[in-house]
Amino acid sequence: MNKVVKNVEEALRGIEDGMTLMLGGFGLCGIPENSIAHLVKTEVKGLTCISNNAGVDDFGLGLLLHKKQIKKMISSYVGENAEFERQMLSGELIVDLIPQGSLAERCRAGGAGIPAFFTPAGYGTEVAEGKEMRIFNGKPHILEEALTADFAIVKAWKGDTEGNLVFKATARNFNPMMAMAGKITIAEVEELVPAGELDPNFIHTPGIFVQRIFKGEKFEKRIEQRTVRIKN
Amino acid sequence: MALDKVGIAKRIAQELRDGWYVNLGIGIPTLVANYIPEGIEVEFQSENGILGMGPFPFEGEEDADLINAGKQTITARKGASFFDSAMSFAMIRGQHVQLTVLGAMEVSQNGDIANWKIPGKMVKGMGGAMDLVASAENIIVAMLHTNREGESKILRTCSLPLTGVGCVKKVVTELAVLEIKNNKFHLVERAPGVSVEEIIAKTEGDLVVPDVVPEMKF
Repeated sequence: MNKVVKNVEEALRGIEDGMTLMLGGFGLCGIPENSIAHLVKTEVKGLTCISNNAGVDDFGLGLLLHKKQIKKMISSYVGENAEFERQMLSGELIVDLIPQGSLAERCRAGGAGIPAFFTPAGYGTEVAEGKEMRIFNGKPHILEEALTADFAIVKAWKGDTEGNLVFKATARNFNPMMAMAGKITIAEVEELVPAGELDPNFIHTPGIFVQRIFKGEKFEKRIEQRTVRIKN
Repeated sequence: MALDKVGIAKRIAQELRDGWYVNLGIGIPTLVANYIPEGIEVEFQSENGILGMGPFPFEGEEDADLINAGKQTITARKGASFFDSAMSFAMIRGQHVQLTVLGAMEVSQNGDIANWKIPGKMVKGMGGAMDLVASAENIIVAMLHTNREGESKILRTCSLPLTGVGCVKKVVTELAVLEIKNNKFHLVERAPGVSVEEIIAKTEGDLVVPDVVPEMKF
Protein backbone atom coordinates (compact mmCIF):
# COMPACT_ATOMS: atom_id res chain seq x y z
CA MET A 1 0.00 0.00 0.00
CA ASN A 2 1.50 3.28 -1.06
CA LYS A 3 1.42 5.85 1.74
CA VAL A 4 3.52 8.50 0.05
CA VAL A 5 2.24 12.06 -0.11
CA LYS A 6 3.88 14.82 -2.13
CA ASN A 7 4.85 17.27 0.54
CA VAL A 8 4.25 18.55 4.02
CA GLU A 9 1.17 20.49 2.97
CA GLU A 10 -0.57 17.37 1.71
CA ALA A 11 0.64 15.38 4.70
CA LEU A 12 -0.94 17.76 7.20
CA ARG A 13 -4.26 18.16 5.37
CA GLY A 14 -7.21 17.79 7.73
CA ILE A 15 -5.59 19.23 10.83
CA GLU A 16 -8.13 21.69 12.20
CA ASP A 17 -8.57 24.08 15.11
CA GLY A 18 -9.09 22.35 18.44
CA MET A 19 -7.64 18.99 17.46
CA THR A 20 -5.33 16.81 19.55
CA LEU A 21 -1.90 16.13 18.10
CA MET A 22 0.91 13.85 19.23
CA LEU A 23 4.39 14.98 18.24
CA GLY A 24 7.40 12.70 18.58
CA GLY A 25 10.79 13.72 19.91
CA PHE A 26 12.79 14.17 23.09
CA GLY A 27 14.02 17.70 23.52
CA LEU A 28 14.83 18.73 19.95
CA CYS A 29 16.01 15.22 19.08
CA GLY A 30 13.77 13.35 16.65
CA ILE A 31 11.11 16.05 16.32
CA PRO A 32 9.07 16.39 13.10
CA GLU A 33 10.55 19.81 12.38
CA ASN A 34 9.19 20.20 8.84
CA SER A 35 5.65 19.52 10.02
CA ILE A 36 5.96 21.89 12.96
CA ALA A 37 7.26 24.66 10.69
CA HIS A 38 4.29 24.12 8.40
CA LEU A 39 1.77 24.13 11.26
CA VAL A 40 3.09 27.56 12.19
CA LYS A 41 2.31 28.74 8.64
CA THR A 42 -1.23 27.30 8.61
CA GLU A 43 -2.12 29.25 11.76
CA VAL A 44 -4.26 26.35 12.99
CA LYS A 45 -5.05 27.08 16.65
CA GLY A 46 -6.57 25.78 19.87
CA LEU A 47 -4.43 22.66 19.60
CA THR A 48 -3.84 20.12 22.33
CA CYS A 49 -0.29 18.88 21.88
CA ILE A 50 1.00 15.68 23.43
CA SER A 51 4.78 15.79 23.36
CA ASN A 52 7.45 14.97 25.92
CA ASN A 53 8.84 18.51 25.73
CA ALA A 54 7.70 21.85 24.39
CA GLY A 55 10.72 22.76 22.30
CA VAL A 56 12.87 25.81 23.03
CA ASP A 57 11.92 29.45 22.57
CA ASP A 58 12.78 29.63 18.88
CA PHE A 59 12.60 26.03 17.67
CA GLY A 60 10.31 23.02 17.76
CA LEU A 61 6.98 23.43 19.55
CA GLY A 62 8.27 26.73 20.95
CA LEU A 63 7.39 28.21 17.55
CA LEU A 64 3.73 27.19 17.93
CA LEU A 65 3.67 28.45 21.51
CA HIS A 66 4.93 31.85 20.45
CA LYS A 67 2.03 32.21 18.04
CA LYS A 68 -0.37 31.02 20.75
CA GLN A 69 -1.60 28.14 18.58
CA ILE A 70 -1.50 25.70 21.50
CA LYS A 71 -4.31 25.63 24.06
CA LYS A 72 -3.08 22.68 26.08
CA MET A 73 0.18 20.74 26.45
CA ILE A 74 0.55 17.22 27.81
CA SER A 75 4.26 16.76 28.55
CA SER A 76 6.73 15.49 31.11
CA TYR A 77 9.44 18.15 31.05
CA VAL A 78 9.14 21.73 29.90
CA GLY A 79 12.27 23.44 31.19
CA GLU A 80 14.43 25.29 28.67
CA ASN A 81 11.45 27.26 27.40
CA ALA A 82 10.84 30.68 28.93
CA GLU A 83 7.72 31.47 26.89
CA PHE A 84 6.17 28.17 27.91
CA GLU A 85 6.83 28.88 31.57
CA ARG A 86 5.37 32.37 31.22
CA GLN A 87 2.17 31.16 29.51
CA MET A 88 1.76 28.37 32.05
CA LEU A 89 2.29 30.52 35.15
CA SER A 90 -0.07 33.20 33.79
CA GLY A 91 -2.74 30.60 33.07
CA GLU A 92 -2.89 31.24 29.30
CA LEU A 93 -1.79 27.70 28.60
CA ILE A 94 -3.30 24.58 30.19
CA VAL A 95 -0.55 22.17 31.11
CA ASP A 96 -0.84 18.57 32.15
CA LEU A 97 2.54 17.36 33.38
CA ILE A 98 2.86 13.61 33.68
CA PRO A 99 5.77 11.27 34.41
CA GLN A 100 7.79 10.44 31.31
CA GLY A 101 7.37 6.69 31.61
CA SER A 102 3.63 7.09 32.12
CA LEU A 103 3.45 9.35 29.07
CA ALA A 104 5.25 6.77 26.93
CA GLU A 105 3.12 3.91 28.20
CA ARG A 106 -0.12 5.89 27.85
CA CYS A 107 0.67 6.45 24.17
CA ARG A 108 1.65 2.81 23.72
CA ALA A 109 -1.56 1.71 25.46
CA GLY A 110 -3.60 4.04 23.25
CA GLY A 111 -2.20 2.41 20.17
CA ALA A 112 -2.39 -1.10 21.57
CA GLY A 113 -6.06 -1.12 22.58
CA ILE A 114 -5.41 -1.07 26.32
CA PRO A 115 -7.66 1.57 27.91
CA ALA A 116 -5.69 2.00 31.14
CA PHE A 117 -2.97 0.47 33.32
CA PHE A 118 -1.58 0.69 36.84
CA THR A 119 1.84 2.17 37.53
CA PRO A 120 3.71 3.01 40.73
CA ALA A 121 4.98 6.28 39.21
CA GLY A 122 3.45 9.34 40.82
CA TYR A 123 1.84 7.62 43.79
CA GLY A 124 1.70 10.01 46.75
CA THR A 125 2.27 13.07 44.53
CA GLU A 126 -0.06 15.57 42.87
CA VAL A 127 0.01 13.39 39.76
CA ALA A 128 -2.10 10.84 41.66
CA GLU A 129 -4.85 13.31 42.58
CA GLY A 130 -8.24 12.08 41.38
CA LYS A 131 -6.85 8.80 40.10
CA GLU A 132 -7.84 5.34 41.27
CA MET A 133 -5.28 3.71 43.57
CA ARG A 134 -4.76 -0.02 44.09
CA ILE A 135 -2.23 -2.14 45.92
CA PHE A 136 -0.40 -4.85 43.99
CA ASN A 137 2.29 -6.95 45.70
CA GLY A 138 2.06 -4.70 48.73
CA LYS A 139 2.83 -1.57 46.76
CA PRO A 140 0.47 1.28 45.82
CA HIS A 141 -0.16 1.98 42.14
CA ILE A 142 -2.26 4.56 40.29
CA LEU A 143 -4.50 4.08 37.28
CA GLU A 144 -3.34 5.90 34.16
CA GLU A 145 -5.54 6.08 31.07
CA ALA A 146 -4.46 5.57 27.48
CA LEU A 147 -3.85 8.55 25.18
CA THR A 148 -4.79 8.80 21.52
CA ALA A 149 -4.72 11.69 19.06
CA ASP A 150 -6.50 12.92 15.96
CA PHE A 151 -3.11 13.10 14.29
CA ALA A 152 0.26 11.73 15.37
CA ILE A 153 3.24 13.36 13.69
CA VAL A 154 6.51 11.46 13.90
CA LYS A 155 9.99 11.78 12.48
CA ALA A 156 12.06 8.85 11.25
CA TRP A 157 15.50 8.43 9.71
CA LYS A 158 14.39 6.15 6.88
CA GLY A 159 11.00 5.16 5.65
CA ASP A 160 9.69 3.25 2.66
CA THR A 161 6.68 3.76 0.45
CA GLU A 162 4.69 1.28 2.59
CA GLY A 163 5.19 3.46 5.67
CA ASN A 164 7.72 1.19 7.38
CA LEU A 165 10.04 3.26 9.57
CA VAL A 166 13.58 3.05 10.91
CA PHE A 167 14.81 5.51 13.53
CA LYS A 168 18.34 6.59 14.27
CA ALA A 169 19.99 6.40 17.71
CA THR A 170 18.12 8.28 20.45
CA ALA A 171 15.95 10.09 17.90
CA ARG A 172 13.61 7.10 18.26
CA ASN A 173 12.28 8.04 21.74
CA PHE A 174 8.50 8.68 21.65
CA ASN A 175 8.07 8.32 17.90
CA PRO A 176 7.15 4.59 17.74
CA MET A 177 4.46 4.76 20.44
CA MET A 178 2.96 7.94 19.05
CA ALA A 179 2.88 6.42 15.58
CA MET A 180 0.69 3.67 17.08
CA ALA A 181 -1.67 6.05 18.87
CA GLY A 182 -2.67 8.45 16.09
CA LYS A 183 -6.00 8.03 14.30
CA ILE A 184 -4.00 9.33 11.36
CA THR A 185 -0.22 9.06 11.62
CA ILE A 186 2.05 11.23 9.52
CA ALA A 187 5.73 10.33 9.21
CA GLU A 188 8.33 12.76 7.94
CA VAL A 189 11.58 11.04 7.01
CA GLU A 190 15.10 11.98 6.01
CA GLU A 191 15.29 9.26 3.38
CA LEU A 192 12.31 7.83 1.55
CA VAL A 193 13.03 4.57 -0.29
CA PRO A 194 10.99 2.14 -2.43
CA ALA A 195 9.36 -0.82 -0.68
CA GLY A 196 11.84 -3.68 -0.42
CA GLU A 197 14.89 -1.58 0.28
CA LEU A 198 14.58 -1.69 4.05
CA ASP A 199 15.43 -5.04 5.63
CA PRO A 200 12.18 -6.33 7.23
CA ASN A 201 14.31 -7.66 10.11
CA PHE A 202 15.21 -4.15 11.14
CA ILE A 203 11.95 -2.22 10.85
CA HIS A 204 11.16 -0.34 14.08
CA THR A 205 7.63 0.80 13.20
CA PRO A 206 5.64 -1.42 10.79
CA GLY A 207 3.78 0.45 8.06
CA ILE A 208 0.36 -0.49 9.44
CA PHE A 209 0.73 2.37 11.91
CA VAL A 210 1.52 5.00 9.28
CA GLN A 211 -1.07 6.55 6.96
CA ARG A 212 0.99 9.26 5.26
CA ILE A 213 4.72 9.50 4.65
CA PHE A 214 6.84 12.20 3.04
CA LYS A 215 10.45 13.21 2.70
CA GLY A 216 11.18 16.30 4.79
CA GLU A 217 12.49 19.19 2.76
CA LYS A 218 15.15 20.29 5.22
CA PHE A 219 16.36 18.98 8.56
CA GLU A 220 18.17 21.50 10.70
CA LYS A 221 18.46 19.02 13.61
CA ARG A 222 19.41 21.63 16.13
CA ILE A 223 21.49 20.51 19.12
CA GLU A 224 20.26 21.72 22.50
CA GLN A 225 23.37 21.08 24.62
CA ARG A 226 26.51 20.71 22.57
CA THR A 227 28.96 18.90 24.84
CA VAL A 228 32.35 17.75 23.58
CA ARG A 229 35.67 16.42 24.77
CA ILE A 230 38.96 17.89 23.63
CA LYS A 231 41.30 15.56 21.73
CA ASN A 232 44.66 15.20 23.48
CA MET B 1 36.35 21.04 54.00
CA ALA B 2 33.04 20.66 52.26
CA LEU B 3 33.18 18.74 48.97
CA ASP B 4 32.65 20.36 45.60
CA LYS B 5 30.36 18.81 43.00
CA VAL B 6 33.13 16.58 41.71
CA GLY B 7 33.79 15.38 45.24
CA ILE B 8 30.14 14.41 45.69
CA ALA B 9 30.24 12.55 42.36
CA LYS B 10 33.47 10.76 43.33
CA ARG B 11 31.98 9.62 46.64
CA ILE B 12 28.84 8.32 44.91
CA ALA B 13 31.00 6.50 42.35
CA GLN B 14 32.33 4.40 45.23
CA GLU B 15 28.85 2.90 45.57
CA LEU B 16 28.98 1.40 42.05
CA ARG B 17 29.29 -2.38 41.81
CA ASP B 18 30.50 -4.60 39.02
CA GLY B 19 27.81 -5.60 36.54
CA TRP B 20 25.30 -2.91 37.47
CA TYR B 21 23.10 -1.00 35.06
CA VAL B 22 22.90 2.57 36.33
CA ASN B 23 20.71 5.57 35.52
CA LEU B 24 22.26 8.96 36.22
CA GLY B 25 20.14 12.10 36.50
CA ILE B 26 20.98 15.58 35.29
CA GLY B 27 23.63 17.70 37.09
CA ILE B 28 25.97 16.24 39.70
CA PRO B 29 24.80 12.65 39.00
CA THR B 30 26.05 12.91 35.40
CA LEU B 31 29.58 13.48 36.73
CA VAL B 32 29.55 10.08 38.47
CA ALA B 33 30.28 8.41 35.12
CA ASN B 34 33.75 10.00 35.13
CA TYR B 35 34.86 8.22 38.33
CA ILE B 36 34.03 4.54 37.92
CA PRO B 37 36.30 2.61 40.33
CA GLU B 38 39.04 0.58 38.65
CA GLY B 39 38.35 -3.05 37.90
CA ILE B 40 34.57 -2.83 37.68
CA GLU B 41 32.27 -2.58 34.72
CA VAL B 42 28.97 -0.69 34.75
CA GLU B 43 26.61 0.30 31.95
CA PHE B 44 24.82 3.62 31.94
CA GLN B 45 21.20 3.84 30.89
CA SER B 46 19.73 7.13 29.80
CA GLU B 47 15.95 7.16 29.82
CA ASN B 48 15.62 8.84 26.42
CA GLY B 49 16.66 5.52 24.93
CA ILE B 50 20.24 4.28 25.22
CA LEU B 51 22.00 1.60 27.18
CA GLY B 52 25.77 1.77 27.03
CA MET B 53 26.22 5.52 27.06
CA GLY B 54 29.78 6.63 26.40
CA PRO B 55 31.67 9.89 26.97
CA PHE B 56 31.03 13.19 25.19
CA PRO B 57 32.05 13.14 21.51
CA PHE B 58 35.19 14.81 20.22
CA GLU B 59 34.64 18.23 18.74
CA GLY B 60 33.25 17.90 15.22
CA GLU B 61 31.87 14.42 15.89
CA GLU B 62 28.64 15.52 17.62
CA ASP B 63 25.49 13.82 16.35
CA ALA B 64 22.17 15.62 16.91
CA ASP B 65 20.47 12.22 16.96
CA LEU B 66 22.58 10.93 19.83
CA ILE B 67 21.93 12.65 23.16
CA ASN B 68 21.37 11.79 26.81
CA ALA B 69 18.40 12.69 28.99
CA GLY B 70 20.06 16.03 29.76
CA LYS B 71 19.96 16.73 25.99
CA GLN B 72 23.77 16.69 25.87
CA THR B 73 25.56 15.19 22.88
CA ILE B 74 27.09 11.82 23.82
CA THR B 75 28.61 8.72 22.22
CA ALA B 76 27.56 5.08 22.32
CA ARG B 77 29.99 2.46 23.67
CA LYS B 78 30.66 -0.83 21.95
CA GLY B 79 27.73 -3.10 22.73
CA ALA B 80 25.31 -0.23 23.21
CA SER B 81 21.65 -0.42 22.23
CA PHE B 82 18.95 2.09 21.36
CA PHE B 83 15.26 1.73 22.13
CA ASP B 84 12.02 3.68 22.41
CA SER B 85 10.73 5.45 25.53
CA ALA B 86 8.22 2.75 26.48
CA MET B 87 10.99 0.11 26.39
CA SER B 88 13.24 2.42 28.36
CA PHE B 89 10.76 2.80 31.19
CA ALA B 90 10.03 -0.92 31.10
CA MET B 91 13.69 -1.32 32.08
CA ILE B 92 13.21 1.21 34.87
CA ARG B 93 9.79 0.17 36.22
CA GLY B 94 10.64 -3.49 35.75
CA GLN B 95 13.64 -3.01 38.08
CA HIS B 96 16.21 -4.10 35.54
CA VAL B 97 18.28 -1.02 36.42
CA GLN B 98 20.20 -1.56 39.67
CA LEU B 99 20.98 2.01 40.73
CA THR B 100 19.45 5.42 40.19
CA VAL B 101 21.34 8.59 41.11
CA LEU B 102 19.43 11.85 41.00
CA GLY B 103 19.41 15.36 42.37
CA ALA B 104 16.87 16.85 44.77
CA MET B 105 15.61 20.16 46.11
CA GLU B 106 14.53 18.50 49.38
CA VAL B 107 14.56 15.08 51.02
CA SER B 108 12.81 14.09 54.22
CA GLN B 109 13.60 11.55 56.92
CA ASN B 110 10.94 9.11 55.70
CA GLY B 111 12.61 8.96 52.30
CA ASP B 112 10.37 11.40 50.41
CA ILE B 113 11.98 13.45 47.66
CA ALA B 114 10.97 16.72 45.98
CA ASN B 115 12.73 17.88 42.84
CA TRP B 116 10.33 19.01 40.14
CA LYS B 117 8.35 22.07 41.07
CA ILE B 118 8.33 25.24 43.15
CA PRO B 119 4.68 26.37 43.15
CA GLY B 120 4.16 29.74 41.48
CA LYS B 121 7.85 30.11 40.63
CA MET B 122 9.40 27.28 38.74
CA VAL B 123 7.82 24.39 36.91
CA LYS B 124 10.09 22.33 34.77
CA GLY B 125 8.25 19.06 35.08
CA MET B 126 9.19 15.72 36.55
CA GLY B 127 10.58 14.16 33.38
CA GLY B 128 11.43 10.57 34.22
CA ALA B 129 12.10 11.22 37.90
CA MET B 130 8.75 9.98 39.21
CA ASP B 131 9.03 6.70 37.30
CA LEU B 132 12.61 6.28 38.47
CA VAL B 133 12.01 6.90 42.17
CA ALA B 134 8.79 4.88 42.27
CA SER B 135 10.48 1.77 40.96
CA ALA B 136 14.18 1.75 41.74
CA GLU B 137 15.32 -0.49 44.58
CA ASN B 138 18.42 1.56 45.13
CA ILE B 139 18.26 5.34 44.94
CA ILE B 140 21.07 7.69 45.88
CA VAL B 141 20.35 11.40 46.04
CA ALA B 142 23.17 13.81 45.19
CA MET B 143 22.47 17.26 46.60
CA LEU B 144 23.68 20.21 48.63
CA HIS B 145 22.90 20.13 52.33
CA THR B 146 21.50 23.68 52.41
CA ASN B 147 20.00 26.19 50.00
CA ARG B 148 21.44 29.59 49.06
CA GLU B 149 19.93 31.13 52.18
CA GLY B 150 21.67 28.51 54.30
CA GLU B 151 18.46 26.67 55.18
CA SER B 152 18.59 22.89 55.47
CA LYS B 153 17.26 20.78 52.59
CA ILE B 154 17.52 17.64 54.74
CA LEU B 155 14.13 17.86 56.40
CA ARG B 156 11.58 16.36 58.74
CA THR B 157 8.98 16.69 55.99
CA CYS B 158 9.34 18.11 52.49
CA SER B 159 7.64 21.45 51.90
CA LEU B 160 7.68 21.29 48.09
CA PRO B 161 5.44 19.06 45.93
CA LEU B 162 6.74 15.51 46.11
CA THR B 163 8.35 13.48 43.35
CA GLY B 164 8.12 10.22 45.28
CA VAL B 165 7.31 8.92 48.74
CA GLY B 166 9.43 6.75 51.04
CA CYS B 167 11.90 5.88 48.30
CA VAL B 168 15.29 7.47 49.13
CA LYS B 169 17.74 5.26 51.03
CA LYS B 170 20.95 7.24 50.80
CA VAL B 171 21.92 10.90 50.44
CA VAL B 172 25.37 12.24 49.59
CA THR B 173 25.94 15.96 50.16
CA GLU B 174 28.98 18.23 50.24
CA LEU B 175 29.13 17.52 54.00
CA ALA B 176 28.06 13.95 54.62
CA VAL B 177 26.80 10.55 53.62
CA LEU B 178 23.41 9.92 55.21
CA GLU B 179 21.30 6.78 55.25
CA ILE B 180 17.54 6.82 55.78
CA LYS B 181 16.24 4.10 58.10
CA ASN B 182 13.35 3.87 60.56
CA ASN B 183 12.12 7.35 59.72
CA LYS B 184 15.43 9.02 60.61
CA PHE B 185 18.60 10.18 58.92
CA HIS B 186 21.70 8.28 60.05
CA LEU B 187 25.08 9.95 59.73
CA VAL B 188 27.41 7.44 58.07
CA GLU B 189 30.40 9.50 56.94
CA ARG B 190 31.50 13.12 56.96
CA ALA B 191 33.45 14.98 54.32
CA PRO B 192 37.16 15.37 55.14
CA GLY B 193 37.61 18.09 57.75
CA VAL B 194 33.89 18.70 58.25
CA SER B 195 32.78 18.55 61.88
CA VAL B 196 29.86 16.51 63.15
CA GLU B 197 28.58 19.73 64.78
CA GLU B 198 28.34 21.47 61.41
CA ILE B 199 26.37 18.55 59.94
CA ILE B 200 24.02 18.52 62.93
CA ALA B 201 23.51 22.28 62.65
CA LYS B 202 22.67 22.05 58.95
CA THR B 203 20.32 19.07 59.21
CA GLU B 204 16.73 19.94 60.08
CA GLY B 205 15.44 16.34 60.12
CA ASP B 206 16.07 13.89 62.96
CA LEU B 207 19.68 12.76 62.72
CA VAL B 208 21.16 9.73 64.44
CA VAL B 209 24.85 10.32 65.12
CA PRO B 210 27.05 7.38 66.14
CA ASP B 211 29.97 7.88 68.58
CA VAL B 212 32.47 7.67 65.78
CA VAL B 213 31.76 9.18 62.36
CA PRO B 214 34.50 8.25 59.87
CA GLU B 215 35.70 10.67 57.23
CA MET B 216 35.04 9.84 53.57
CA LYS B 217 38.05 8.26 51.89
CA PHE B 218 39.13 9.10 48.36
